[in-house]
Amino acid sequence: MSLKSTLHNLKEKYKGTKMAPAFNALHTFLYLPNDTTHGGTHIKAADDLKRTMNTVIMALIPCLIFGMFNAGYQHYHALGTPVDFLSWDSFSIGLIKVLPLIIVSYGVGLGIEFLFAIIKGHEVEEGYLVTGMLVPLIVPIDLPLWMLAVAVAFGVVIGKEVFGGTGMNILNPALTIRAFLFFAYPTWMSGDKVWVHGAVERANEIASGANVDVISGETILGSLAQGNGAGYSVADMFYGFIPGSVGETSTFLILLGGLFLIFTKIGSWRIMLSSVLGALVMGLIFNSVVDAGWVTVSSKFYGLMSTEFWHHLLIGGFAFGTVFMATDPVTASQTNKGKWIYGFLVGFISILIRVFNPAYPEGVMLAILLMNVFAPTIDHYVVQGNVKKRMKRLKAKTA
Amino acid sequence: MSNDIKIKKGLNINLKGEADRSTENAIISNFCTIRPEDFHGVTPKLVAKEGAKVKAGETVFYDKANELVKFVSPVSGEVVEVQRGAKRRILAIKIQADKEQSYLESGKLDVASAKAEAIKSHLLAAGCWPFIKQRPYDVIANPNKSPKAIFVSGYASAPLAADYDYALQGKEAELQAAITALGKLTEGAVHVSVGAGSNSPLAGLSGVTLHKVSGPHPVGNVGTQINKIDPINKGEVVWTLAPQDLVIIGELLLTGKFNAERIVALAGSSVKKPRYFRTKIGSEVATMVYDNGIDKDSNCRIISGNVLTGKQVKPDGCLDYYSNTITVIPEGDDYEFFGWNKPVFNKISTSRALTFSWLNPKKKFDLDTNTNGEHRAFVVTGNYEEVFPLDMYPMQLLKACMYKDLDEMEALGMYEVAPEDFALTEFVCVSKQPHQKIIREGLDLMIKEIG
Repeated sequence: MSLKSTLHNLKEKYKGTKMAPAFNALHTFLYLPNDTTHGGTHIKAADDLKRTMNTVIMALIPCLIFGMFNAGYQHYHALGTPVDFLSWDSFSIGLIKVLPLIIVSYGVGLGIEFLFAIIKGHEVEEGYLVTGMLVPLIVPIDLPLWMLAVAVAFGVVIGKEVFGGTGMNILNPALTIRAFLFFAYPTWMSGDKVWVHGAVERANEIASGANVDVISGETILGSLAQGNGAGYSVADMFYGFIPGSVGETSTFLILLGGLFLIFTKIGSWRIMLSSVLGALVMGLIFNSVVDAGWVTVSSKFYGLMSTEFWHHLLIGGFAFGTVFMATDPVTASQTNKGKWIYGFLVGFISILIRVFNPAYPEGVMLAILLMNVFAPTIDHYVVQGNVKKRMKRLKAKTA
Repeated sequence: MSNDIKIKKGLNINLKGEADRSTENAIISNFCTIRPEDFHGVTPKLVAKEGAKVKAGETVFYDKANELVKFVSPVSGEVVEVQRGAKRRILAIKIQADKEQSYLESGKLDVASAKAEAIKSHLLAAGCWPFIKQRPYDVIANPNKSPKAIFVSGYASAPLAADYDYALQGKEAELQAAITALGKLTEGAVHVSVGAGSNSPLAGLSGVTLHKVSGPHPVGNVGTQINKIDPINKGEVVWTLAPQDLVIIGELLLTGKFNAERIVALAGSSVKKPRYFRTKIGSEVATMVYDNGIDKDSNCRIISGNVLTGKQVKPDGCLDYYSNTITVIPEGDDYEFFGWNKPVFNKISTSRALTFSWLNPKKKFDLDTNTNGEHRAFVVTGNYEEVFPLDMYPMQLLKACMYKDLDEMEALGMYEVAPEDFALTEFVCVSKQPHQKIIREGLDLMIKEIG
């Protein structure tokens, strides 16, 4: 008996039982199901949610692989024994450090998804496939795995399942997970020690009296916030040879991923474009404030305010957030007009927070979460515009 | 002001198996079946009991809610079976056709001089009223309400739909009679649309406002045209008719006979020789389908209507009351290994997520009935808008229907839509939601609560 018919028989066997969603999730991973249309249209387009999510994951893969190489590269660079970027030495560190993050993220997240599907008797929805890939890419490389597990559990349950699962959540689950980590374990999520593998360990050794050099693992944003200048060339920033969260550093690969998402029509070009515009506008405002002499070198905001406006696109998590997180269709604005407003504000507020929050100079996470909350309100007013038009038409008729 | 309608949003679904422009007479069907479910919202009150003899055009049942609305037999013969379902609901009325057809004489009507009231009661009595549908709600028109306008779409943009330009040939006199008569029932205009550059018999009619339409499907949907020409406001009613039904109305007015004859397209990739047939409403589909290359035990789906809005019929089923197309496509009840992530060349998609139908927009596809994925909550946004030309927010309206907020449904434009307007959004839906069903249930709720 072939695999296909064996699985089909198993599916019939499990039908109606508690285990059916769990089995179907695995079955439909292997085979597109044999469901046919009933009522309504007799034919359907080729796309389903799995394909949609899979497209986003494909766009993320280059960032992931680059992140693995960069992990080792930054590590050896900080140790003072630089290795080639494309070398086994740099890749092996990344592999050893990043792979467990992925496994924990998917293991815990999908485990909870399966559990809820079985309890509530619905199919396992694909939303976590993307979330589970995003999470390892937006955390510091040395994050303890148990923290990640706790955060994922929190994010999936409180951020998504209590609202009814995929499609019903208000906040982006991946960012909910990150925000939880940030507020619960701030020492592991910010500062100048966490962004390069080994830096925390080394700091602990020094604290206990070992006579070794400190490893600096500061991000460009952190450095700018301290008023120390970027310390990296624009090319390094663009291609991503800088410290930062695992997958967020290479603006170049994120750009490629973004173009891929726009081309496949899976990601919203409106949100991406307007978010970039919003960031540039805010950057320009700060630049002109500096040019006008209202903020001087002595100000603690000077470092980031005087950063040339378009450099903001290259540093920190802005590019990653804009392309992969702000565009989450469930938590973003759902109307086309609303997407312009939403995206613009995401970019605008990202840079605003970045500049005015030197303790944690990364604004994009909070900006997106904030705009997630406002997205339904934006949509409401956009839709009201259409409703008003209809009312006006009615009035013109009856008048 | 130009009367032309041009839309950009939409999607042409090009399928294999378009009907050739040749017509033959279908084998005369032994049985004729009327299914009350074709008339949405009608509770039938049976007149012709089992064993009764009826003539073509004689009342079989009427609407319990409005006794004036009568439903007549398309053929003369004997009522051999009344199939009933749960709670004795009538599912189908089966009439065995006489070899020699006889017609009930309803009398001719001089449409040029007839008064509106006379026309209305004539159409009601002769059983032509069910051909007139109304919006809001997409149900048979309420004869007590006068419409602000009447719409007839003479352009079929749905996949594999019968081509009106061809099917209506030679029916100018009937069409004109019907249009003249209907024109007296409204204070507004009778809007008739034809494809841009077509030689439709509808184009030469007098007493109509003619619109030339162009663009992708759903430009031929009457709902799209209403929205672009004269959208429905709260409290207003418009009537819509299909051209093939105008022919039957016209013939009744001219000859006094209810002749349920209709040109039907047999199409679809499973049909060996797709072409047109002359047949009657309620005829068995077997009279057309099986002599044309479809095996009795083949794994195909027979659809009365087009692939987007039609009804699935069993092999012993019949042509429904309103359809002028029969489509036969393969069933898709098979698994596909890694079908969700491998590149797809043989299916239609509006995205480019490893789907390649965008490479060749003219290509004709052989689609089956597989859903290509499982039912999910609404996730993706913005893709409905690409194929939805009406000036409203489709997903918001669907959600309003699902949580049954009548005020919101009304505000978002529920009075203007019919389920068929949501066929394309249903086709492209990534979450495989049943859009037409959601809209139908929403409309039914409005009928019940608002009326």
